[in-house]
Amino acid sequence: MAKEEPLSIIELIDVHKSFKGQKVLDGLNLRIETGKITVIIGQSGGGKSVFLKHTIGLLKPDQGEVLVEGVDISRLNDRQLNDVRKNFGMLFQGAALFDSMTVGENVAFPLREHTRLKQHDIQEIVERKLRQVGLKGVAHKMPSELSGGMKKRVGLARALALDPKIILFDEPTTGLDPITADAIDRLIVDTQEHTNATCVVISHDIESTFKIAHTVAMLYHGKIIEVGKPEDIRSSEDMALQQFIRGKAEGPIQIV
Amino acid sequence: MIIKTIEIIGLALIRFIEEFGRVMFLFLATIVWMFRLPFRLHAIFKQMEFVGVNSLLVVILTGTFTGAVLALQAYHGFRLFSAESLVGSTVALAMTRELGPVLTSLMVTGRAGSAMAAELGTMRVTEQIDALYTMAANPIKYLVVPRVIAGVLMLPVLTIIADFVGIIGGYIVGVGLLNINSGIYIDKMIEIVELDDIFNGLVKAACFGLILSLVGCYKGFYTTGGAQGVGRATTQAVVIASVSILISDYFLTAAMF
Ligand SMILES: Nc1ncnc2c1ncn2[C@@H]1O[C@H](COP(=O)(O)OP(=O)(O)OP(=O)(O)O)[C@@H](O)[C@H]1O
Ligand SMILES: [Mg+2]
Repeated sequence: MAKEEPLSIIELIDVHKSFKGQKVLDGLNLRIETGKITVIIGQSGGGKSVFLKHTIGLLKPDQGEVLVEGVDISRLNDRQLNDVRKNFGMLFQGAALFDSMTVGENVAFPLREHTRLKQHDIQEIVERKLRQVGLKGVAHKMPSELSGGMKKRVGLARALALDPKIILFDEPTTGLDPITADAIDRLIVDTQEHTNATCVVISHDIESTFKIAHTVAMLYHGKIIEVGKPEDIRSSEDMALQQFIRGKAEGPIQIV
Repeated sequence: MIIKTIEIIGLALIRFIEEFGRVMFLFLATIVWMFRLPFRLHAIFKQMEFVGVNSLLVVILTGTFTGAVLALQAYHGFRLFSAESLVGSTVALAMTRELGPVLTSLMVTGRAGSAMAAELGTMRVTEQIDALYTMAANPIKYLVVPRVIAGVLMLPVLTIIADFVGIIGGYIVGVGLLNINSGIYIDKMIEIVELDDIFNGLVKAACFGLILSLVGCYKGFYTTGGAQGVGRATTQAVVIASVSILISDYFLTAAMF
């Protein structure tokens, strides 16, 4: 019946969020399609990370709804919210690795928490996930011994460990060299194809955005001003959007 | 002027009640999560090692010298009315009832309570606590429960040790240096100190262990504001826990003895 209405696994309806009087999200509406890669672009400090944290219930909207599979997660209690979160994997902008654990233990953490796998199998998955993000022989190291880009990739391996249904990536390729960045982009695409996961990616990298996205959404002034297929976004008439994807300092977006 | 003063006092009071309420909330949440499976024995043992084993040296040094100086001071006082034989029991009473639990807790607050605040604070500002939430692992269960359990269990153990070395320290000074008769020293001590004195001291220690771990975790858990915030949380944890220990010590003592 709903032919032209694609299924949306996450839906934000009129979400408002302020921090100490500073309006960050101002009536944001967005539907994220199931089994697709949606890339969110927008200015630094524009509220992309704040948006992403709303989708997994780390932040609660001042007003509005955040629906995950049709359920408003801001109304759930801790236990119900935990059940919802078991479907998620999230890569934080700052990786957020547990610095009291080794790299291997970090990646193994969600497996230990939520599966009954044997130590041996966990080890194997950890090795594989680390190899996928281009890391070898680092499992015994502590996070503090890694470079920024390596931390990011360990965070990625941890987010992917459980093959979650929904994966949130906060700037997965920022701070990586172009070759590794491309490999990570490909990993996201491959993972999505293999597991049919829904991916939400925050990116500053316009080129890679158009390479991996099924849908692109632009966040500006606390709202999603434009959503569409990459081609449509590219040919959009919106001034702010054009300025953003061309990377120009002049235009409606003012750098203060 | 007067209104202004009342206003300031009122605001301070409101903030105090608010904060106290939040500590109590964390306390209740900790109790609830403590009894939910699975038990994180590994994490608990790790914290017990950190709070207990790693504090041993500090506690032994503090206990020994406190006992020693008590003996010295008591001797000078008691000599005035020829009651030197009571030095041993005075030292033992002071150690088991008061100084053992209080000094041990203050030392552990400086060592472990501050570390708890710093560690959790760092985890908060680097989003590790958020990461736990996203992985459907409750950070209270994961981080707070093991620390509070370790605090409540290890403080009595450390206090026993402090009591013991304090009494030894007192004996060395009293009998070894000041030539009090060893037999009388020990007899009087056994005659006057009761098992209840020791036991009540240990109950106090457990309460102090709860205070220092809970305050440390609370301050760390709700840290905001980057590295500076972590520093602030650590300092506040030590100050608040120490003052709370001393204040609650009065009320516990009044209720017990
Ligand atoms: N916990 C918080 N408390 C107060 N203000 C916050 C908090 N989190 C975010 N903000 C504010 O919200 C705004 C948006 O932050 P956010 O991290 O979402 O930006 P962003 O779009 O992810 O930027 P970047 O691309 O640089 O990562 C910023 O102005 C920031 O100061
Ligand atoms: Mg961000």
